[in-house]
Amino acid sequence: MSDLTLRLFRGDAQGGEIREYRVPVEEGMVVLDAVLRVQSRQSNELACRWNCKAGKCGSCSAEVNGRPRLMCMTRLDLFPEGEPLTVTPIKTFPVIRDLATDVSWNFETNKRITPFTPKADADWKFFQHDVERAQEFRKCIECFLCQNVCHVLRDHDLKDAFMGPRFLVRTAGLEMHPLDVADRLRYLKDEGGIGYCNITKCCTEVCPEKITITDNAIIALKERVVDRFYDPLTWLWRLLTGRRSK
Amino acid sequence: MASYETRDYDVLVVGAGGAGLRAAIEASALGVKTGLVCKSLLGKAHTVMAEGGMAAAVASVDPEDTWRVHFRDTMKGGKMLNHWRMAQLHAMESPERVRELQEWGAIFDRTAVGGISQRAFGGHTYKRLCHVGDRTGLEMIRTLQDRGVHAGMDVHMECTITHLLKDGERIAGAFGYFRESGLFVLFRAKAVVLATGGVGKAFKVTSNSWEYTGDGHVLAYEAGADMVDMEFMQFHPTGMVWPPSVRGTLVTEGVRGDGGVLKNSKGERFMFSYIPEAFKNDVAASEEEASRWLAGDKQARRPPELLTRDVCARAIVSEVREGRGSPHGGVLLDIAYMDSEYVKRRLPSMHHQFMELAGMDITKEPMEVGPTAHYAMGGVRVDPETQAATVPGLFAAGEAAGGMHGANRLGGNSLSDLVVFGRRAGQGAAEYAKSLREKPRVNLAEAEACAKELLESFNRSEGENPFVVHEALQDMMEKNAGIVRNEKDLRAAIDALAGLRKRASGVKVSGTRQYNPGWNEAIDLKNLLTVSELLARAALERKESRGAHTREDYPDYDKAFAKVNVVIRRRDGAMQVAQEPLPEMPDELKKLLEGESA
Ligand SMILES: Cc1cc2nc3c(=O)[nH]c(=O)nc-3n(C[C@H](O)[C@H](O)[C@H](O)COP(=O)(O)OP(=O)(O)OC[C@H]3O[C@@H](n4cnc5c(N)ncnc54)[C@H](O)[C@@H]3O)c2cc1C
Ligand code: SF4
Ligand code: SF4
Ligand code: FES
Repeated sequence: MSDLTLRLFRGDAQGGEIREYRVPVEEGMVVLDAVLRVQSRQSNELACRWNCKAGKCGSCSAEVNGRPRLMCMTRLDLFPEGEPLTVTPIKTFPVIRDLATDVSWNFETNKRITPFTPKADADWKFFQHDVERAQEFRKCIECFLCQNVCHVLRDHDLKDAFMGPRFLVRTAGLEMHPLDVADRLRYLKDEGGIGYCNITKCCTEVCPEKITITDNAIIALKERVVDRFYDPLTWLWRLLTGRRSK
Repeated sequence: MASYETRDYDVLVVGAGGAGLRAAIEASALGVKTGLVCKSLLGKAHTVMAEGGMAAAVASVDPEDTWRVHFRDTMKGGKMLNHWRMAQLHAMESPERVRELQEWGAIFDRTAVGGISQRAFGGHTYKRLCHVGDRTGLEMIRTLQDRGVHAGMDVHMECTITHLLKDGERIAGAFGYFRESGLFVLFRAKAVVLATGGVGKAFKVTSNSWEYTGDGHVLAYEAGADMVDMEFMQFHPTGMVWPPSVRGTLVTEGVRGDGGVLKNSKGERFMFSYIPEAFKNDVAASEEEASRWLAGDKQARRPPELLTRDVCARAIVSEVREGRGSPHGGVLLDIAYMDSEYVKRRLPSMHHQFMELAGMDITKEPMEVGPTAHYAMGGVRVDPETQAATVPGLFAAGEAAGGMHGANRLGGNSLSDLVVFGRRAGQGAAEYAKSLREKPRVNLAEAEACAKELLESFNRSEGENPFVVHEALQDMMEKNAGIVRNEKDLRAAIDALAGLRKRASGVKVSGTRQYNPGWNEAIDLKNLLTVSELLARAALERKESRGAHTREDYPDYDKAFAKVNVVIRRRDGAMQVAQEPLPEMPDELKKLLEGESA
């Protein structure tokens, strides 16, 4: 098989450039293999993250020919032979060095979500159909590819105002747990900024876990928020009965 | 003089997999100031990759199951070398830990009557692995991570600990660096919990990530702690073998638990020919009986594919050696004969993994699989109740600790081990920290010496590439200290390690300290060499074959070795290898094991 021309972003927060490397290609190789090959043979200081090499840990996110992907799950034979491949860091987060970005904002955002809060007298017997929805959201491997493509974060940099699809997914997983009683709706509206999402579905398209982020998580949460805060009848009902919808 | 920042904790937990997170949660809950450090980002430790499940006698599928049976299976799987008290505590407490995870928000798959679903795994008498499809580790780590960030601990991500510091005999802190900036940090701490995981990167074909360089093992050893059972390295029977770039990537035992069968190139279901005497009564005698078991017949016995991992791995090696291997040097693992919807539901991530990486559909074709270095049974010798190492102030839990699994770990027993003993380590460390009247003092000259040592590789004008030296080590260990061993090869390994050590101490690193994998690799390499030597020396000492340790020059069990653990400690700067009697088991537990031989 022919060699691959790999064009990698090299640089740091101050800036950088694309540099070219030639890498020998073996059958079945993925983009991460090619990058690690450069690291182990040509440029030991090439920074990138990886752990599982099997799409399970969400460490190796990058943009391959401009498309956000897990490098470990992207085979080289997906691309036309003989053409160069360009790998750059995910764009929405500041570069540390080369392909490693500073994703700490995500960990901070996560901390602000009210954690799982079960009913005091919860009966832990429940059925597969009760949890199918929540389980879908719990598949998230925190690759932050959805955060990376969401225009609210990527183009408008509204990180202070909007938690982003990943954390809407997390919140949906908590809200749809059959035994959870915490109330995250006001938070979603005021701090989480769910209103910023205009359902473009770009997040859903890139999710390597195929979580239907927009339809199943975001729209469902939006409905709850609308029910609560914008629907006078529900609001009155709740005021009178002291009940909230869950 | 290299500068460093200083942080103060009562308890410092090194490692943020299941064991470290659980330890840090417990220590925080007990009101001591707790810090948690990890080499990767939070949530990316090996625990996230665990697939098949977490073993605990919850008995929601097979009501006959009890901790006693789990205890017996674990001891039998470990060929009776396990520390009995660890195996007992593990079996007794794991159901509680499963329920605790559930109460913290984990959502395990359900049974038809609304309980926790459990699947079959090798060596477990009953269906015992609580699971979430085949992504159980993700569920565990996310649950602990989300709990942990609200527990009041500080988390330092992408921070590598390189040295432990002592005040006299006891632990006084740890030294390390932040990957992102390359800057140094001194943690002053009353107690340190090592939860750094395993050593798989010493081998060429492995299911483990770059992080598994035996750091915790070596930190403990160098601090003077006893290391136990280092000769036992588990080679998981089913790693991917094709394409080359994914060689070693794990194929969960859940495939076999859910009906997958192993076949050779002639189409024979060869495991029927490899049933050891001690397991004859536990395993189906025919394919017909095995299919009845799969269909749920409680009278039928388990298929031989569910023999313990050591047995399956050796069987695969024999089949390949005798020329009955698959095209790329493995054997075939077939679950394509089963209903494809069932396979996709039970094994979604395996389906995805093969589809994406090997370009094949496991619901249509058999997988090609072969052994892969997977799990270190050996580790820091600890007190079962508190996980205290033999150095005061030092604790260890999870894969970094030894004793629990003896000569071979049963699948699923790691995830449960992490939370049972992670919790105990957190407790042990917190109580120890509280009991100290004065904070141990760090000798600052020592901290500076650490910093200086870490920078040496930058100062060379020429030297070898650290990645190349690492690869040479992996080839050497695979060849000389892999699945099948003998005295000559093990001695060759020890000699080769001396040469590699010389090469490693002359590697050259370029660039700056900021996020520099070459520099990080040069540092990890030292640990890999030491842990490889621990492994090789222990393997040389055990002149018998038992569990994961196979010696072709001593192919059988040996009565004398049945009674001892191999222990290694550092004395006068050298590795001192000793055989020490197993801890005495109380009679009531002996009774549980009656009739079982190892
Ligand atoms: C692919 C795969 C599948 C598996 N499936 C199962 C299964 O189904 N069931 C089961 O029971 N077991 C399974 N195992 C085994 C099990 O997952 C591991 O043994 C277990 O997760 C180890 O947990 P741990 O907490 O000890 O370490 P890990 O989860 O590996 O965490 C180690 C931590 O230590 C940190 N660390 C290491 N060195 C340093 C250092 N020098 N400084 C700072 N931090 C450091 C790392 O960054 C990491 O955070 C599987 C293993 C693999 C690889
Ligand atoms: S659907 Fe919403 S969250 Fe997803 S990318 Fe579009 S705006 Fe962002
Ligand atoms: S929701 Fe999907 S894309 Fe977003 S972080 Fe999770 S796995 Fe990645
Ligand atoms: S390395 Fe884990 S997802 Fe790519």
